Amino acid sequence: MLRLFRYLKNYKRESILGPLGKLLEAIFELIIPLVMAKIIDVGISNADKPYIYKMGALLVGLGVLGLFASLFAQYFAAKAAVGFGTELRSDLYKHINTLSHSQIDRIGSSTLVTRMTVDINTAQTGVNMILRLFMRSPFIVIGALIMALTISVKLTLIFAIFTPIISAVIYFVTKKTVPMYRSIQKKLDRTTLITSENVSGVRVIRAFSRQENERERFKQSTDELSVTQTTAGRFSAIMSPLTYVLVNVAVILIIWYGGISVDTGEITQGEVIALVNYMSQILLSLIRVAEFIMLLTKSQASSVRILEILDKAPDLSDEGNTPVKDKPGGCAVKFNNVSFSYVSSERSTLENISFEAKRGETVGIIGSTGCGKSMLVNLIPRFYDVTDGQVLVDGNDVRDYPFEQLRGKIGIVPQKAVLFKGTIRENMQWRKADADDEEITNALEISQALDFVRLKPEGLDFELSQGGTNLSGGQRQRLTIARALVGNPEILILDDSASALDLATDARLRKALAQNTHGMTVFIVSQRVSAIRNADRILVLDDGKAVGIGTHDELMKNCSVYREICLSQLTLEEAQRNG
Amino acid sequence: MADNSLKQLLKYLFAYKAQLLAALVLAVVNVAATLYAPIITGDAVDLIVGKGNVDFEGLKPLLSAFAVTIAVACLSQYFMNLCLNKATYFAVRDLRNDAFDKFSRLPLKYIDSNPKGEIISRLISDIEQISDGLILGFAQLFTGVITIIGTFFFMLSINVRIALVVVVLTPLSLFAARFIAKNTFNFFKEQTTVRGELTSFVEETTGNQKTLKAFSHEARSQEDFEKLNQQFKSVSVRAIFFSSLTNPTTRFINGLVYAAVGIIGAFSIISGSFSVGALSCFLTYANQYTKPFNEISSVVTELQGAFACAKRVMELINEPQEAEDKANAVVLENPDGTMKAESVYFSYREDVPLIESFNLDVKTGQRIAIVGPTGCGKTTFINLLMRFYDVDGGSITLSGVNIKDCTRDSVRAAYGMVLQDTWLMQGTVRENISYSKPDADISEVEAAAKAAHCDGFIRRLENGYDTVISSDGGTLSAGQKQLLCIARVMLSLPQMLILDEATSSIDTRTEILVQQTFAEMMEGRTSFIIAHRLSTVRNADCIIVMDAGHIIEQGTHEQLMSKNGFYAKLYNSQFES
Repeated sequence: MLRLFRYLKNYKRESILGPLGKLLEAIFELIIPLVMAKIIDVGISNADKPYIYKMGALLVGLGVLGLFASLFAQYFAAKAAVGFGTELRSDLYKHINTLSHSQIDRIGSSTLVTRMTVDINTAQTGVNMILRLFMRSPFIVIGALIMALTISVKLTLIFAIFTPIISAVIYFVTKKTVPMYRSIQKKLDRTTLITSENVSGVRVIRAFSRQENERERFKQSTDELSVTQTTAGRFSAIMSPLTYVLVNVAVILIIWYGGISVDTGEITQGEVIALVNYMSQILLSLIRVAEFIMLLTKSQASSVRILEILDKAPDLSDEGNTPVKDKPGGCAVKFNNVSFSYVSSERSTLENISFEAKRGETVGIIGSTGCGKSMLVNLIPRFYDVTDGQVLVDGNDVRDYPFEQLRGKIGIVPQKAVLFKGTIRENMQWRKADADDEEITNALEISQALDFVRLKPEGLDFELSQGGTNLSGGQRQRLTIARALVGNPEILILDDSASALDLATDARLRKALAQNTHGMTVFIVSQRVSAIRNADRILVLDDGKAVGIGTHDELMKNCSVYREICLSQLTLEEAQRNG
Repeated sequence: MADNSLKQLLKYLFAYKAQLLAALVLAVVNVAATLYAPIITGDAVDLIVGKGNVDFEGLKPLLSAFAVTIAVACLSQYFMNLCLNKATYFAVRDLRNDAFDKFSRLPLKYIDSNPKGEIISRLISDIEQISDGLILGFAQLFTGVITIIGTFFFMLSINVRIALVVVVLTPLSLFAARFIAKNTFNFFKEQTTVRGELTSFVEETTGNQKTLKAFSHEARSQEDFEKLNQQFKSVSVRAIFFSSLTNPTTRFINGLVYAAVGIIGAFSIISGSFSVGALSCFLTYANQYTKPFNEISSVVTELQGAFACAKRVMELINEPQEAEDKANAVVLENPDGTMKAESVYFSYREDVPLIESFNLDVKTGQRIAIVGPTGCGKTTFINLLMRFYDVDGGSITLSGVNIKDCTRDSVRAAYGMVLQDTWLMQGTVRENISYSKPDADISEVEAAAKAAHCDGFIRRLENGYDTVISSDGGTLSAGQKQLLCIARVMLSLPQMLILDEATSSIDTRTEILVQQTFAEMMEGRTSFIIAHRLSTVRNADCIIVMDAGHIIEQGTHEQLMSKNGFYAKLYNSQFES
């Protein structure tokens, strides 16, 4: 948590003024019992009415000052804490933008989203609390002790004994209950899990007639939850009665020994009342501290999680790379003995792959699920770095390019059709920010999306909801294809991107692509033979290895894996028919 | 309605009458003791007048009485907490169980026509909020109200005039808190809106970080993000600052009450109608009196939220459940695999007809494939077969028995079903496969896995069959998940099989192997196959082509190809280029 405090550096003034205001408020509050003691000892004893009025006015004055000090503190604390959150959020967002694909795979996108939202908000609340409330309690405790000292050194001894004891009790109970609440949370998560499993799997559960078992499973989890809750409740219920007893034992001692001191004339009756007052102020403050500690442990945990992300240096970087010139030769993409494996896994995802694609060629990549097809095309825009070998684009190693130059050459249609909230036009301008309507319409036409876009009364201004959920899967996929085509990329990568299209649309799409991508080097990753059979070159992958490279007819003759794939989808006659 | 749901909610609490009653009694005892304590200290202070004027003999019994009072207050509070905990935690547990119970008996129509997130939030977050509201709210409301009433009477019994001052001034803090809450509401709303925008922006861009990178869009997103972030900053400062006014303001009012009691008390002492001890006692009351008011005002908000949630939960609980099986429903035993649909009519919404005069006669051992464009009624037909929905007209019979006359469980047990939307639960691989047959031993599970061609990858998992998989399948690919679901259904070996896009994510080579196993396994059994991929359906005994709820073509692959209709066009389109 402390390490995150550097995000307060632009709010130094606010972070000092906030607690300062609280300090003032605490001081005003601490003077009040003394004034009351004066009223009793001087005003009442001497029946001095003007004096009582004066002191009464002082009480009100102290209240007003306290109010203003507090408002002052709240304002600056809020400003500092929100500033902290804003800067941290901006920095974390920037940092996440630099993480590599493999880092994102490892951390998980949903985790990143949680860090950006829930965790930062929790950390921000923690800072606000520290600045505003957490400082107040120590002030009051220490202040009350000092005030007690000014009244009677002897009686302060009672304070000196009981304050640590009460603190210890609060600390002990809090420390014990925090893990208990964690285990409650775990049990609660389990009931949540069972519930969402049951909602999403309702058909399967009913198909197997397992409702009764699921009800039983749920009941068990709620039983466990309520038992854990009661156990934790039993423990945390001790805190307030116990501290109440301790404080009042102290009060008994203050009255008794206070009585002795009054008897000898060391202190006055009013001062005894003031001491009793200070004792209860200390208790209230300590209880507050306990409450804050509970909340702060949450902020602390969030801070640790945020730092975990911030501490991850991007493992893929284009730092220091300056734009490079294309090398002569007709080769758009070349793989030189490329291998790739994840750090943690023993088996490599890709092994010793070599091939080249000339400018304007279409390369088909086929193979069963999990054979490394997607990984292969992900190496071209350098989403991952090869473990061994070299990937060349236009004659240069991809590791020598600045990301923007390399990825600017490439139009990618990812497997998952991801669109963003905004108009269709805005989504189409992702590759080229200044693309005009003509370019966009053109791309939409090739991707077979123009028809349905035209049917929308808003046309290109049609607003997509988040994730594009107001379109069908096939429509979204066609839009992502158009998005990649806008601005005529040199290299087009289609990563199994027609899976949601029906066969007829898929066929029309392929035809349009073939007609409109002259000069474009196209990579088509697919499981469908029909999608790649007309490619200039087909790469057959099996378990990370290239088991065949050639045209459809060549591979039908000499690649058994390819033949098997074809025959699983087509009859022999169809497979041999000339496309 | 609101009243009803409140009544219903209270019913859950009143199931724990004993605890509630005990808590009530203990609360009264606790408040009385807590309030009596300052009176004793007040009396004690009166005995400490000044130098040489302290009545130690009088102090002793007072302090002993004080100790006893403290002990009573402490114990009663502890036991009251226990009782309240028990009542609220268990009442919420009962509510959870009832809500879940109801969910598992709801007709699919309800579940399909309400967003899943909505149902989940009723079952989880709404109940959570009720729980928080009840546990916090009830306890504090309980003691708060008793404390206010108790303090009032104690003060009246000591001094009417000063008591009235406190009673009149204290509620001011309540009004102040209300006033602030009301006026900051808009700031909060503003903050919530902007926070929502910021969150969905982050969800979109961070959640799809890879797409961002593919288009070198990082810098542009950062810019948009900064704009939202700055906007959020300014609305947050406002919302946080104004909402934090409550505490200082109520503290200030509290201070005013304190000063008023001090001054008036001092005058009363001078005029002889009051003692110093009584004043000290009153000062303590004045300090404490505002506390329950503040707590109640925050509890009221909490409770309001809880009641709103209670309404939503009760709506779910009061939803009519799936009609019970007929009293004389027969248990369908050993179905022979024949199915007959006769002039079936069905629609989800009355005004939009879907399936109309649907007829189909399926014999034992047939493989029926159903193809057609999205929304043609394929999946609806499956819904009717499984009795997830009941037909509006006509009849579906299994082994010659109308399924409406059978128990749902026995109809569903006749089928094995694999859906495109793979569903696995959190648990080991073995638990997931044996979900269809909980008493299966490991050799049966392994045999099923081998048949589904997933034994290989299961063994490569960290702990083989005992590897725990999360409910979204976690690291498993979509194809692997489908294979597990297939293994699950292979284990139960039903008389009839429904495959709804069950192999869509499995590569075609593996799919062929799986189909071969299915063919052997389903020898003499009936299967229904829905698939997008035509290579999957090509070998069926009968292909049914559906469009807009009607069967438009029917026959084998060869028959349909030679007919050169809808199916042939669909099939040939994959060769166009």
